[in-house]
Amino acid sequence: MKQDVVIRTVCRLVVPFIQLFALYVIIHGASSAGGGFQGGVIFASSFILIGIAFGITDARKRISEKFTVLFSATGLSIYAGIGILCIIFGGNFLGYSFLPLPLPGPEIRGLAAEAVEIGIGITVMAVMTSIFYDIAVDEEAA
Amino acid sequence: MKIWALVSVLLIGVLLLWAEGDIPAFGDPMAPSYNYVADRYISDAHNDTATKNMVTAILADYRGYDTLGELTVIFTAGVAVLLLLRRGGRL
Repeated sequence: MKQDVVIRTVCRLVVPFIQLFALYVIIHGASSAGGGFQGGVIFASSFILIGIAFGITDARKRISEKFTVLFSATGLSIYAGIGILCIIFGGNFLGYSFLPLPLPGPEIRGLAAEAVEIGIGITVMAVMTSIFYDIAVDEEAA
Repeated sequence: MKIWALVSVLLIGVLLLWAEGDIPAFGDPMAPSYNYVADRYISDAHNDTATKNMVTAILADYRGYDTLGELTVIFTAGVAVLLLLRRGGRL
């Protein structure tokens, strides 16, 4: 399904800004409004926009289904992996202050929370895109 | 069989209605959930985690285990949709 040339051009212009804004929301989760869940959904919305404007097959070329499956597991592994690292370095599960970084304790906790947010963002982005791919029907194929 | 389902549903319903009387009123400032950890979060969150956003500090640090569970729920939902709806055996 190919949309009008105006829609395609505007979509091509807007998508990078949406993705940049999504990264901003994820990274600034610790210092302003935002976080992994919100940023991940915004990032996924850019892929959904591509899917609507260019057709599902074109969107699948940009971020394949194999990638979405891989990434949805990667984000969860980052989160759980940070938790297990804390156990390895002698703390509780997700006890961030035990991570061996050359920083004062509160700073380590802030940084680890940030890393965890990135993991959340990756998983949410991949799962939302994956669900969109599974539910949407390709008009050319159907 | 259907009678027993109805009886158990009614029983649980009555139990829930009976327990409902003990729930604090909506927005009650004396509710237990507002009076044990909330003050500590508000006073200590910035010093503990060096994050300016208290919501993130609670979400990702104090209640990190809960958030891990939430992320697992989202992951599971994605995998369930994938298993039920993905067509043609592509993976």
